[in-house]
Amino acid sequence: MARFTDENVAIAEEIIARYPRKRSALIPLLHLAQEQDGYVTEEAMEHIAELVGITPAEVLGTASFYEMFKREPVGEYLVNVCTNISCMLLGGEELLHHLENRLGIKAGETTPDGKFTLEDVECIAACTEAPCLQVNYRYFYRVTPERADQLVEDLRAGKLSHEVPRHGVLSRVRQVLPENRAGVAPPDRNVEPAWLARNETATEGDT
Amino acid sequence: MTDREIPRIVSARWDLADGHTLERYRETGGYAALEKAVTTMTPAQVHEEVKAASLLGRGGAGFPAGVKWGFTPPGVFPRYLVVNGDESEPGTYKDRIIMERDPHLLIEGVLLACYAIGAAQAFLYVRGEMALAQERLAQALNDAYAAGLIGRNILGSDFSVDVVLHWGAGAYIVGEETALIESLEGLRGMPRLKPPFFPAAKGLYMQPTVVNNVETLSNLPWIVANGGAAFADLGAESSKGTRLFAVSGHVRNPGVFEVEFGTTTFRDVIFGERYADGIRDGNRLKAFIPGGASAPWFYEEHLDLPLEAGAVGAAGSMLGSGAIVVMDETTDAVKAAWRIVRFFARESCGKCTPCREGTAWLEKILRRILDGHGRPADVDKLLDICDNISPSITFPPKQTTICPLGPSAVSPIASAIMRFRDEFYAYCGGGEITVPVNGKAYLSTPPTVGANP
Repeated sequence: MARFTDENVAIAEEIIARYPRKRSALIPLLHLAQEQDGYVTEEAMEHIAELVGITPAEVLGTASFYEMFKREPVGEYLVNVCTNISCMLLGGEELLHHLENRLGIKAGETTPDGKFTLEDVECIAACTEAPCLQVNYRYFYRVTPERADQLVEDLRAGKLSHEVPRHGVLSRVRQVLPENRAGVAPPDRNVEPAWLARNETATEGDT
Repeated sequence: MTDREIPRIVSARWDLADGHTLERYRETGGYAALEKAVTTMTPAQVHEEVKAASLLGRGGAGFPAGVKWGFTPPGVFPRYLVVNGDESEPGTYKDRIIMERDPHLLIEGVLLACYAIGAAQAFLYVRGEMALAQERLAQALNDAYAAGLIGRNILGSDFSVDVVLHWGAGAYIVGEETALIESLEGLRGMPRLKPPFFPAAKGLYMQPTVVNNVETLSNLPWIVANGGAAFADLGAESSKGTRLFAVSGHVRNPGVFEVEFGTTTFRDVIFGERYADGIRDGNRLKAFIPGGASAPWFYEEHLDLPLEAGAVGAAGSMLGSGAIVVMDETTDAVKAAWRIVRFFARESCGKCTPCREGTAWLEKILRRILDGHGRPADVDKLLDICDNISPSITFPPKQTTICPLGPSAVSPIASAIMRFRDEFYAYCGGGEITVPVNGKAYLSTPPTVGANP
C-alpha cells in the first residue's frame, strides 16, 4: 500500500481545501503519507503530486529538505537522542553511545529486527530536562543510562503503546474545520474584512 | 531584582493539570479579552494598546510587535497572520510549554492579532517534532470552533477568521520568517531576500503577512484585558512586561521562569533560590550563553547585567530567544564551540555559499582539533573563515548571507577563542592569531564587560 487509501484521499482533499493555494498542503500531505505507511513512498509522492497539481519531482524537492520525512523504511520506534549544547553538558553524548551499545547499532542505523532506528539529533526544545530523547516524537526527560535500558525493554515488550504510537503518527487529534468556518482568503481577491470598517465609523464618531 | 510580586502573564496556567482545556481556560478568565475587544474596541484601539505596551517580539530578533503590525500597507487585502511555533534555537524551551499547557491562551492571542490587523486567515505553524503541542492545539481549535470563538461571526459579531493548524517537518531554518513562509507555501524552507520580500508587504502568497512568535502573541490577552499601560508599568527601559527564560546546563534547578523583563539580572536567574539556584556541585561558572546558541557567550563579569535588551546589546550579545545555557568549570570550551557549530553546519539550508561552505569547514576543523589532529595554524584559520562569513567578526554580525544563520556560527567560535585560547593551544599547539576580532587585533588579556566579541 502506498498510494493514499480512499479514506486518506478524503482527508487529503479536506486539508487541501483549507489553503488558498493547493501547494501549501504539501507538507501536511507528506505527513499523512508517512502516517499511513510509516515512511514516504515514491507512489505516495506521485499521488500527492496528482492531488496538488505539481510534478512528483517537485514533491520530492520539498520532501528531501525536511529531516522528518523518511524515504526509506525506519524502525517501529525512531529514537532521537539530543546531543546539542544543553544535553551535551549533561551527558547527551554518553546517552547516545550507551544506546548504540545497547541496541548494537550506530546512530543513523536500524536494528536487524526492524524495531529501533537511532538518531543523533539537534535541539528538541526540552533543554531544562536534559539529557532528553524522543521516541516517535514523544518526549522522555532526564534520561539516565538505566532509564534508557528500561525504556528499550518497555518498548520491546509493547508496554508503551498508549504513550508512543507507531512511527508516522504525530498528532492523534485531527483539526476539523466545521460548518461555521470563515473560509479561505484567496490572495487574488482584495476585499477589506468587514470588521475593519469599525475603525472608520469610530473616526467619524469622534469628529 | 525587585521584590514586588509580578503577574504571571504567560505562565499562569502551567501548574494546572487541565489548564489546556477550554472549560478551565474560560473558568480562569479566558476569552474575556477577546469578548472585550470584539464588543467594545475597534481594531485600531487594540493595535494602540499593543503599541502602548511596547511589546517586543519574543522569538529572537526582539522587534516591537505593534510597530511590526503597522508595516502592512493600507488597502491591500487579504492580510495573513502566521504564527511562528517552530521553536528550535538550541537552549530555547518556552513556546512548546505554552502550546502544550495553555493552547487557548495562544489561540486567544492569535484572534486578537487577527482582529487588530484585519487578517482573514491565520496559519499556526508548529514545529514538526512537537507531537503533544500539535495534539493540544488541534483539540483546542476544535473546541474553540464549536464554542463559536473561531470561524464565521465570532461571538455573534462581524469578525470572522479561520485558524489553520500546520506542522513543519524538521528544519531549524524555517524559524526564520521568510523561510517559514516558503515552507507554508509547500517549498523548501529557504529564506527570501529582504528587500523586496519583507513579509509585512510581500509575504505569504505575496500578500501582506504578519509573522509573530508564540510567546509574543500569548501576551495579548493580558494586554487587552489590563491595558497596554499596565503592561508597560512592568519591566524597564526598552524591555517591558514579563518574559520567559529557560535556564539550562550546569545549574542545580534548571527550569523555565517568567520574570519581570529588564529588572532581573543574570545573577538572579542563575543563582537565585527561586530560579536556577546556582551552579551544580558547588562548581565555578565558566561561561554562559545569554540568548540561545546564536548569541556570543557571557562570563562571570556579566552576571550583574539586567535581562534587558539594550544593556545586553551594549555588552556585545543578545537576549535572543530567552535561552540561558550555563557552563561550569568542567566544560571543554573547544568541544562546546564545536557542538554549536555542528548545529549550524547541519541546519544551513545551502542557499548562500559563505554559510553552506563556511559552517561546514568550521565544523570539520573543530572536529579535527578535538580528534587531536589540529595544527597550530588552525585557530587563525577558524577566525579567517569566520571573517569570510561575517566580515570583521562584530556583534551584531555583518552578513554576507541572506539570513543570520551563517553569522550565528561565528559567535561561539569567536567567544571561545577570545576567552579560552589556551584550551585551543592545548589541543593543537600555540599559533599566531592575525585575524582581528570585532575590529581589534587579538587581545592578549581577556576582555572585560563591553568588549566581548
